[in-house]
Amino acid sequence: MVTENKGSIPEIALEGVSKRFRNASVALKGISLTIDRGEFVTFLGPSGCGKSTLLKLVSGLSPVSEGTLRINGMTPENARDLISFIFQDATLLPWRTVEHNVELGLELEHAARAARKERVARMLELVSLSHVAKHYPRQLSGGMKMRASIARALVSRPRILLMDEPFAALDEMTRDRLNEELLRLYNEQKWTVLFVTHSVAEAVFLSTRVIILAAHPGRVAQEISINLPWPRTAETRESEAFEEHVTHASRLLRGVYQP
Amino acid sequence: MKKRWLVVNSVIVFACLLTIWSRVVAFAHVPVYILPGPRAVADAIRDRYPSLLGSLWITTGEAAAGLVASIMVGVAIAMTFAQWRGLRQLGFPYTILLQTVPIVAIAPLIINWVGAGILAVSVVTFIICLAPIIANTTQGLISVDENLIHLFLMYKATPAQILFKLRLPNALPNLFTGIRISAGISVIGGLTGELFAGSTRVGEGGLGYAIVYANNQMETAYLFALVFAATVLGFSFFFIVMFLEWLTLHNWHESSRPQMAE
Repeated sequence: MVTENKGSIPEIALEGVSKRFRNASVALKGISLTIDRGEFVTFLGPSGCGKSTLLKLVSGLSPVSEGTLRINGMTPENARDLISFIFQDATLLPWRTVEHNVELGLELEHAARAARKERVARMLELVSLSHVAKHYPRQLSGGMKMRASIARALVSRPRILLMDEPFAALDEMTRDRLNEELLRLYNEQKWTVLFVTHSVAEAVFLSTRVIILAAHPGRVAQEISINLPWPRTAETRESEAFEEHVTHASRLLRGVYQP
Repeated sequence: MKKRWLVVNSVIVFACLLTIWSRVVAFAHVPVYILPGPRAVADAIRDRYPSLLGSLWITTGEAAAGLVASIMVGVAIAMTFAQWRGLRQLGFPYTILLQTVPIVAIAPLIINWVGAGILAVSVVTFIICLAPIIANTTQGLISVDENLIHLFLMYKATPAQILFKLRLPNALPNLFTGIRISAGISVIGGLTGELFAGSTRVGEGGLGYAIVYANNQMETAYLFALVFAATVLGFSFFFIVMFLEWLTLHNWHESSRPQMAE
């Protein structure tokens, strides 16, 4: 991997970014943020604070109304190759088997067939889904569907992962386990992650930095660095430092919820 | 086990109906040209099966040709509707028009244009089969989960890739709903068409033509045999489509399983 002169070009830079919708409602106002390569940044906040909109802007799926947004110096539209988006629903194609779902991105890019098969197989192994490669999504549990969705996102070797409440629909045990597996992959592959969630515990467990947004209009209210030791495992959740972080973040979040 | 009972019960009910029918006819001394008994109908099938099969074959061909043409043209139109919203808004009302126009009224016109015979009947079938295909397929093509579109856009998918790898498979269940409806009415279309344009030569028409002919000749038993053949044809079409639908969808789509189980 190319070593980069950190600080010269930030991985993701937002300067005074605002987003207005066609009905003139302001979703985000004056967001300025710099996110370095390899950071795991989580956005917390009440509904209507524009968390998901922010991810849409970074992905380039939705244009910025005001301000500048650069990804590695490029516009979001030009940076699409670097980015994978993981949605709240697994958004698997029901008519494709798990392996063909994972293969989708490579197929659309017309990657060579043999290379495709090999990368898909390796990816499925990485998320422990090899045994259901030939299954259809309807045969999978919610957790397995999300693993497949993550595999599909990772198979195109993204530098940046955008995750919009990916584990919100899962039960707590499944969510915790997927959190741990996500961090294991993160430590191996070192993407930059922008993660949206409603769960304070999940935010603290995963992130290097938590950003709390306030609503109406959506803006940055607080920032917390999470300096829990790595690697983080199930035991991390039982540590005192973890509890302190969660308490602190919850308190700041409550402040934002008040009128 | 349950399935076997269903079959047995169905056979019993059918046998009862036949018995009641034959008793009523025998008891009330109904003349055979008003209402023939099941025996007379069976005799008519046995004695005249070559011409019966001939008519059945002609109608099958007409209905199938019209149905297949309506699927090809209908899907093509639905695809253009899905790709261009403006075209859809302009063109969709005409689909409803197509559905409401009384086919009996325009059948003579079609004969005027293409001449009496098999082609005219196929065109009539095609016209009445078209609307359900267009309406259902368009619905399936445009009702795609927004996040799936976003996903494809993130992969820089071309419009053609979005159409063929996302919208079209997404529309398959709807397409089959349309085909199922059209398969049923294709036989009706064939029969209706034949009432007007059955044949250019005596004795070579399809079921609809033969029904008119048998009615004029007061061959009521044969007329019943023809109706029976038409019913069997409609059923076969329906089940063939059901089977194709099951083949295509049973792996991944929710709708196809319980329907076949029932």
